Amino acid sequence: MFETLQDRLSGIFETLTKRGALSESDVNAAMREVRRALIEADVALEVVRSFIDKVRERAVGKEVIRSVTPGQMVIKIVHDTLVETLGAEPEPVDLQAVPPVAIMMVGLQGSGKTTTTAKLALRFTQEDKKKVLMASLDTRRPAAQEQLKILGEQAGVDTLPIVPGEDPVRITRRALDAARLGGYDVVMLDTAGRLHVDEELMRESVEVRDIAKPHETLLVADALTGQDAVNVARSFDERVGVSGIVLTRVDGDGRGGAALSMRAVTGKPIKLLGTGEKLDGLEIFHPDRVANRILGKGDVVSLVEKA
Amino acid sequence: SKSSRSLTGGIADIFTKRKLDDDTLQDLEDILIQADLGVDTAMRITEKVAAGRYDKEVSPEEVKSVLAEEVSAVLSPLATPLAVDEAHKPFVILTVGVNGSGKTTTIGKLAAQFSREGRSVMLAAGDTFRAAAVEQLKVWGERTGVPVVSRETGADASGLAFDALKQAREERRDVLIIDTAGRLQNKSDLMAELQKIVRVLKKQDETAPHAVLLVLDATTGQNAMNQVDIFQQTAGVTGLVMTKLDGTARGGILVAIADRFGLPIHAIGVGEGVDDLQPFEADAFARAIAGLE
Ligand SMILES: Nc1nc2c(ncn2[C@@H]2O[C@H](COP(=O)(O)OP(=O)(O)OP(=O)(O)O)[C@@H](O)[C@H]2O)c(=O)[nH]1
Ligand SMILES: Nc1nc2c(ncn2[C@@H]2O[C@H](COP(=O)(O)OP(=O)(O)OP(=O)(O)O)[C@@H](O)[C@H]2O)c(=O)[nH]1
Ligand SMILES: [Mg+2]
Ligand SMILES: [Mg+2]
Repeated sequence: MFETLQDRLSGIFETLTKRGALSESDVNAAMREVRRALIEADVALEVVRSFIDKVRERAVGKEVIRSVTPGQMVIKIVHDTLVETLGAEPEPVDLQAVPPVAIMMVGLQGSGKTTTTAKLALRFTQEDKKKVLMASLDTRRPAAQEQLKILGEQAGVDTLPIVPGEDPVRITRRALDAARLGGYDVVMLDTAGRLHVDEELMRESVEVRDIAKPHETLLVADALTGQDAVNVARSFDERVGVSGIVLTRVDGDGRGGAALSMRAVTGKPIKLLGTGEKLDGLEIFHPDRVANRILGKGDVVSLVEKA
Repeated sequence: SKSSRSLTGGIADIFTKRKLDDDTLQDLEDILIQADLGVDTAMRITEKVAAGRYDKEVSPEEVKSVLAEEVSAVLSPLATPLAVDEAHKPFVILTVGVNGSGKTTTIGKLAAQFSREGRSVMLAAGDTFRAAAVEQLKVWGERTGVPVVSRETGADASGLAFDALKQAREERRDVLIIDTAGRLQNKSDLMAELQKIVRVLKKQDETAPHAVLLVLDATTGQNAMNQVDIFQQTAGVTGLVMTKLDGTARGGILVAIADRFGLPIHAIGVGEGVDDLQPFEADAFARAIAGLE
């Protein structure tokens, strides 16, 4: 559906006869196409702007290697800058703390918090040999607590017994007590989805955080998110404090620009990718893969072939 | 909200006693891009705003209202409430969309609306996959006093849909709304499952489903175009609902979608409560994109 950045850039550079170093005007023309490609990949405009400035600086005056075209050269610089901005080294979820280690999951409605909670709990249980307790603080969405309970049964992970009528703060206290008394290593708190502009519910998140003192607070966000990604990530980070980001629905065919947006405005690492509805659909974040996706298939293939 | 305030501020700053020159138009285009219209649609609308006004002095208010008019012009012809055709008993509505977009909640809201209108409604818990999806719809059924046909999780969704239609016909229900599991449009096996549901419904009533609603999340960016494209091809989408417009996302991709697919836009979701479904109003939607409220 989209013309690749490669196509567009070669269109631009076709008119240029000179080889050698990339001139400022060549780069400026190329940056217009890069801007467009990033916006089409759903990178938020403010992040596109600062990103382009960085790339422009690196590209101007750069010698074009003999084996590649100027367009490929620019794409390589864009790609490398993407990987660098996304965070070159994967950062796993950290469990190095006095047990029970609390992990709090936050995010907008329907982003994938409950599913990701169960996926992570399964992983901690199987790979890290931890004893995990999950608790749903979602007293709002119909059958939300039931959902986590069923996922717990599927994963073979304990869930805090549901007490009807209890509010999120009381559930939090009960979960922490149960985790302590039960000798759990990890206690996972699945919160109700909320809008970042919902004052009352954001205050509730802060209250839960202050009680649970989570070792990790993970923002669970949909990889298909558009320009709003910056508002969401910034607000959750400012209000609740986020230690990492989980991007879900990476199994879709979205371009995933939200990854760059969220990482850039919060500086917080993307820790994991949700890649399916089932409980094994969780993968370690690899910046290269996400960078490739933002750039688009056609571009990456040619980059790998030529560079 | 926060973003519309910043948009308003942005436009006011940009256009205070300025000529409508290239820079100004670029700024205007950026504002549309930040509302998720996408580059092409943003450029097209910006060109329309410029037509006949280029190089003239313009007030911020004027630019904003022209912008809103241009956006509204694209959307207005498509703003049509979901009409229940009483010739069909039941009128069968199939609800589809990607994971977590708001299908089940929208069904609950629609059930309430139709019941209020005095229609007898039945719901079918066609999401037989996700944990507690059936229970979730049952809660909505209780809330709205509407019966829910269901099977256990893991059962065949098309079989459930078939049974639900049979029961709704026997009970002479006015409306049957079928929930489906969320699915990403690039998963062909899951999309084939959706086609099977449609096929099975047609065995009893070849005109069914009478409406296929695609539920889109307003926070979704450019991928919503693919969603519409593929869900329309595989499930025969007849209309759109956009949810989560109570947040800061403007849902501008709907303008690009309107432009390309021309599908009716029925309603918007503005919250999680039973009454948080509103008819789609092109003017109000366009004014929010232009930062006029
Ligand atoms: N394809 C795909 N679907 C996912 C992924 N993660 C979650 N989902 C689906 O997305 C939908 C919403 O997931 P939930 O875990 O219920 O989301 P949530 O954030 O807990 O939702 P609320 O509690 O209502 O705010 C469900 O249909 C999940 O199966 C993923 O990585 N890929
Ligand atoms: N703020 C807001 N939240 C909404 C709206 N519509 C739905 N939600 C919330 O979004 C989340 C997902 O809604 P569901 O109705 O479960 O979505 P779904 O499409 O049925 O999800 P799956 O069946 O898992 O694919 C829930 O937390 C809903 O309460 C809306 O208009 N505004
Ligand atoms: Mg949840
Ligand atoms: Mg559902």
